[in-house]
Amino acid sequence: MSTVPLVMEAKGLVKRFGQVTALDGADFELRPAEILAVIGDNGAGKSSLIKCLSGASIPNEGKIWLDGKEIHFKNPMDARRAGIETVYQDLAVAPAMTIAENLFLGREMRRAGPLGKYLGALDKKKMLEESIARMAELKVGIRSMTQAVETLSGGQRQCVAVGRAAAFAQHVVIMDEPTAALGVKEGNMVLELIRRVRERGLPVVLISHNMPHVFEVADRIHVARLGKRAAILNPKKISMSDTVAVMTGALPPDKLPPECLAH
Amino acid sequence: MEKLKDKLPPISQLGPFIALVIACIFFAVTTDRFFSAENLSLILQQVMVVGVLAIGQTLIILTAGIDLSCGMLMALGSIVMTKFAADLGMPTVLAVLCGIGVTVLFGFINGWLVTTIRLPPFIVTLGTFNVAFAITQLYSQAQTVTEVPDAMVWLGNTFKLGGGAVSYGVVLMIVLYVLVWLWLRETGAGRHVYAVGNNPEATRLVGIPTERVLLGVYVLAGLFYGIAALLAVARTGVGDPNAGQTENLDTITAVVLGGTSLFGGRGVILGSLAGAVVVGVLRNGLTLMGVSSVYQVLVTGILVILAVSVDQLSRKSVR
Amino acid sequence: MHRNLAAPAAAVAALTLCIGSAFAAGEPVIGLITKTETNPFFVKMKEGATAEAKAKGAKLLSGAGKADGDNAGQVTAMENMIAAGAKTILITPSDSKAIIPAIKKAQEKGVMVIALDSPTDPADATDALFATDNYKAGVLIGEYAKVALAGKPAKIVTLDLFPGHPVGAQRHNGFLQGFGLPSNDAKNNELAKPAEVVCSADSFGDRAKGQTAMENCLQKAPDVNLVYTINEPAAAGAYNALKKAGKEKNVIIVSVDGGCEGVENVGKGVIAATSQQYPLKMASMGVAAGVDYAKTGKKVSGYTDTGVTLIAAKPVPGVQSVDVKTGLSMCWGKK
Repeated sequence: MSTVPLVMEAKGLVKRFGQVTALDGADFELRPAEILAVIGDNGAGKSSLIKCLSGASIPNEGKIWLDGKEIHFKNPMDARRAGIETVYQDLAVAPAMTIAENLFLGREMRRAGPLGKYLGALDKKKMLEESIARMAELKVGIRSMTQAVETLSGGQRQCVAVGRAAAFAQHVVIMDEPTAALGVKEGNMVLELIRRVRERGLPVVLISHNMPHVFEVADRIHVARLGKRAAILNPKKISMSDTVAVMTGALPPDKLPPECLAH
Repeated sequence: MEKLKDKLPPISQLGPFIALVIACIFFAVTTDRFFSAENLSLILQQVMVVGVLAIGQTLIILTAGIDLSCGMLMALGSIVMTKFAADLGMPTVLAVLCGIGVTVLFGFINGWLVTTIRLPPFIVTLGTFNVAFAITQLYSQAQTVTEVPDAMVWLGNTFKLGGGAVSYGVVLMIVLYVLVWLWLRETGAGRHVYAVGNNPEATRLVGIPTERVLLGVYVLAGLFYGIAALLAVARTGVGDPNAGQTENLDTITAVVLGGTSLFGGRGVILGSLAGAVVVGVLRNGLTLMGVSSVYQVLVTGILVILAVSVDQLSRKSVR
Repeated sequence: MHRNLAAPAAAVAALTLCIGSAFAAGEPVIGLITKTETNPFFVKMKEGATAEAKAKGAKLLSGAGKADGDNAGQVTAMENMIAAGAKTILITPSDSKAIIPAIKKAQEKGVMVIALDSPTDPADATDALFATDNYKAGVLIGEYAKVALAGKPAKIVTLDLFPGHPVGAQRHNGFLQGFGLPSNDAKNNELAKPAEVVCSADSFGDRAKGQTAMENCLQKAPDVNLVYTINEPAAAGAYNALKKAGKEKNVIIVSVDGGCEGVENVGKGVIAATSQQYPLKMASMGVAAGVDYAKTGKKVSGYTDTGVTLIAAKPVPGVQSVDVKTGLSMCWGKK
């Protein structure tokens, strides 16, 4: 259906948990430099889909391609190594540690020379400089990278988590409910950051329940329903209420005018 | 001014050092023998064993765990190393390595039960405490081992330093503290210990081998317990199967006084050294003043409550 | 038809055997409950009890708590033993107050309960007490020390147990009394502190802590010439501290207990004199009383002193003592 080269694609994903079929032949397409919102009611297969893409789940059937190459992720680390970064709902930060430390958590830089090579000594100065640079690039306005993450507001913490993903992702950034539990101002701050991630050339998969936010930033909307992809919608043409109707099944997608669908 | 505030460590970390200074000043003023090089170096020798035990305990508490078996493991280690030398005629170095090997093994068992069988550290180490105690008593037949080779007590020997006599064991303790302090601050593995204690879920998600870090911490703690066993032998000159019975709580007291949070992820290891020394200072100072030891217990208890409260309050003030 | 009778017949036979053996047994069942299994003091007690039980044809059940202070373990042991038919319970109470309800329950069932080595609180909660007179133990070493010091002005350091413990107070106060200094009587749990006592510290009966306590007291009173210690491990620790300070030759150390390791230390010159106590005697007297009760229904009562002997390598005039060799023949613990 799409003539644009896809960054990530999935066809016919099936995932069963015992008697429950969470994914029932779901498809997925992600284009370069776009923000694709994934919406769906509870039980629609939204989180199962995302888990398969981020390596947290292994599908029973179906194929996934990244940059045209078929991939088989066995765990989230495989996905990370392939350049897919995920921002989890609970952020996965160590609150007592500094922003710089959290940015490099699990990927710490070692010092050059024998101290780093044999003793594992960290190059804290370089990590701090890098942190400042990356966050400045994304225009995240946090005063000091050496403050502890727990001293930040909810929105600022979210920015740190998003910034971390954006700094290290090479292909895809997946975000799970990034604006949930944030106030208006903070939510907008995060949305702004998400736009800048796209500007850097990284496609973003955005899972969200927040329709206004979805409509503000998404280029296309992937609607998950009953374990499948119900439709890909164009937020510039379709209304929010119609979108919700498609999501709940009240409005079948084939009843939509063609410009509401995105290809 | 704000930059200065950012640079200073939080009050929970400075606390033990402040308490130590206040205690020293108090005793220096109220007694005439406290503030002498001889007396001060004596205190360091007295806290040597708990001091080194506290290194291992700090590592475990940093991961939000706790170790109730440390004193017993130390006793077991000291019995093994002294009996291997005295009964089996093993050369000292080998016997010491065997003793440390036993404590490391138990550390591994503790860590394995916590990470693989996923039992709470409190329960696991309570069990190990009992097992280690039983083995120590059975193997030693409740007999003190007195035929200890001179080489094994070498760490108890002293050299003169500015009017006082410092034992090699104290030097070892300080060196170990500095090494572990650097390791925790400057290496990835050390930072991972903090991260695992602060948010183990996060560390799993970002790819840190959380279970391996935990296991490593317990094994490393076992190593320090073995070294503490050697120091105990060096100090008393014997292998005492009844040693270590109060050391479990004494060690945890030192770590808590030192500002390490029982909830994990926060604390500076040098604080544990200060915590151990504060207890020794109280004990020594109050004896010099002729005050009943009940007051030492009272003051220690008050300090522990203060330390934990300060830690809690300073965290609550953060949003 | 035959099979239907077999089962009830077997049951009747078994029952007859049981009743028959119950009548035939008749041997008194006595329970011994110590604080722990491993402390050599209690090991010796068990030895004494076992030997006496064998000699008198009684059955001995033994048990203990898991550690010093484990009251629940002792209560469970007592209940099990009474259920198994014990009519006399000998116990070294871990917690002198908490054990009393269990004792009362036992006594209501007609069981005689005798405390060994340390009393319950109050002491008359048990039918009887067989224990060392800890005050006397202190007096003996005090008398020895007074003569051994040969008129020099006394500078005494006491290494006690920990505050509030009756045995610690009795030995300490007895020592001061025997030395001839103003002291408290045997019922007083407070430690007397006349001017000659230049420093007191707690050793918890532990070697390493005894060493620390002695080191601290040496700082306060470097001219100490006499050290009273609560028990022999504390004395060994004190000696270590004195040796490190080069003072071991000028200081007399006295102690209480009479364990084999301690008596050996008297022989080595580490301890000048120690009061020996007799756990074996406590237990065997307890068993004998239990057998008596089972046979005649007569209970023992009151406090019986199981004896204490002064052991010294160098006897002093006017104070009765036995030598190290004799001490070793009567000591408890492993030789």
